[in-house]
Amino acid sequence: MRPIRLLGSDLACVRGGRTVFRGVSFTVEAGQAVLVSGPNGAGKSSLLRLVAGLIRAAGGRLTLEGGEADAPVGEQAHYLGHQDALKPSLTVGENLAFWGRYLGSGTATATALAAVGLDAIADLPAGYLSAGQRRRLSIARLVAVPRAIWLLDEPTSALDAAAQAILADRMRGHLAGGGIILAATHGPIGLDGAQELRLGAER
Amino acid sequence: MTAFAILLLRDMRLAVRQGGGALIGVLFFLIVVTLMPFAIGPDLALLARIGPAILWLGALLASLLALDRLIAADYEDGSLDLILMARTPLELALLAKALAHWLTTGLPLVLATPLLGLLLNLDPRATGAVALTLLAGTPALTFIGLAGAALTVALRRGGLLIAVLVLPLTVPVLIFGVAASNAAIVGPLPFGTPFTILVALTLMSAVIGPFAAAAALRHGLE
Repeated sequence: MRPIRLLGSDLACVRGGRTVFRGVSFTVEAGQAVLVSGPNGAGKSSLLRLVAGLIRAAGGRLTLEGGEADAPVGEQAHYLGHQDALKPSLTVGENLAFWGRYLGSGTATATALAAVGLDAIADLPAGYLSAGQRRRLSIARLVAVPRAIWLLDEPTSALDAAAQAILADRMRGHLAGGGIILAATHGPIGLDGAQELRLGAER
Repeated sequence: MTAFAILLLRDMRLAVRQGGGALIGVLFFLIVVTLMPFAIGPDLALLARIGPAILWLGALLASLLALDRLIAADYEDGSLDLILMARTPLELALLAKALAHWLTTGLPLVLATPLLGLLLNLDPRATGAVALTLLAGTPALTFIGLAGAALTVALRRGGLLIAVLVLPLTVPVLIFGVAASNAAIVGPLPFGTPFTILVALTLMSAVIGPFAAAAALRHGLE
């Protein structure tokens, strides 16, 4: 498969009758990361959800070159949002195994749990996890199922220094493998050489 | 294992783990049906005559109970986002969720019917007929409810709205379910005609429900 390339041109987003942003364009080559920054309400999360296909664009075009031709961008992307998509009554292992099998053929649950340091509590119901541990478990999903584009919304929130290092390491590995990362963030997330896409607060 | 089976099994496991679901529905069914003889009085002949209708109404109300969590739970914890982004078509995923919901809340109602038939002075033949119509008809209630559940999630309203939306649409199912039961018990109509229509309603809603629900969810994306 040839290297992928994600292009957004003149994207616009309207939510609840209010224009969140318009005229947003970006190009991300394989192995590149884009940090989406901007003040609260500038539309960082909306942009990621738009790329994921979870909200409709009010204008502009989003194209993915070199990926699987028939599949929409969302099906080739991981979305790590504010919600962790975990069921409190399932165990840590069951939660990850479900998403691994549902989203792809990800079967290496144990390896992915070990990668984020949760292998010791694989049998604990997810309801007992702390916010940081829930975040780690969500990150394990990205590790378990290979997908070309990672859409990360505040990926470092609630993570301690060790987990941030793990995440940064995984992100570098993903980029080295020809992947793409779009991350909405307020601070550094441990990626050097990432381009910055600043969403203005035009009102 | 296919994605359909994986989602079906997860939802069934969740329903069993979280308790509630099946047992609460059956208990509610039991209470509604038990209250009827108290309200109507100890007229055994009357009870036997309106027994099927009472059982059907009880099942209808009980099947509404857990409906508002059917999609809302996945919406609130972000699972719905991932389901939308998965390769599995949304319609198929919703069909799996509806089936899991019926297996954990509708089927127990059918299994509880023979016990409740005793309370309403129904003979075994009549109880069997009611149980059979419930078996054929309650899936339709779930599939119609699926569309209602999706719509309330898309509109970000919960609670009673779903009952107001869903109950009017279940009227045909109720009519033919009770008609088939009565036909089997007192005649003079043949059992087959209303029962066939009931089965047709279920099959139709099994097709329309998931598509309507998926359309509602997609439209609600904003």
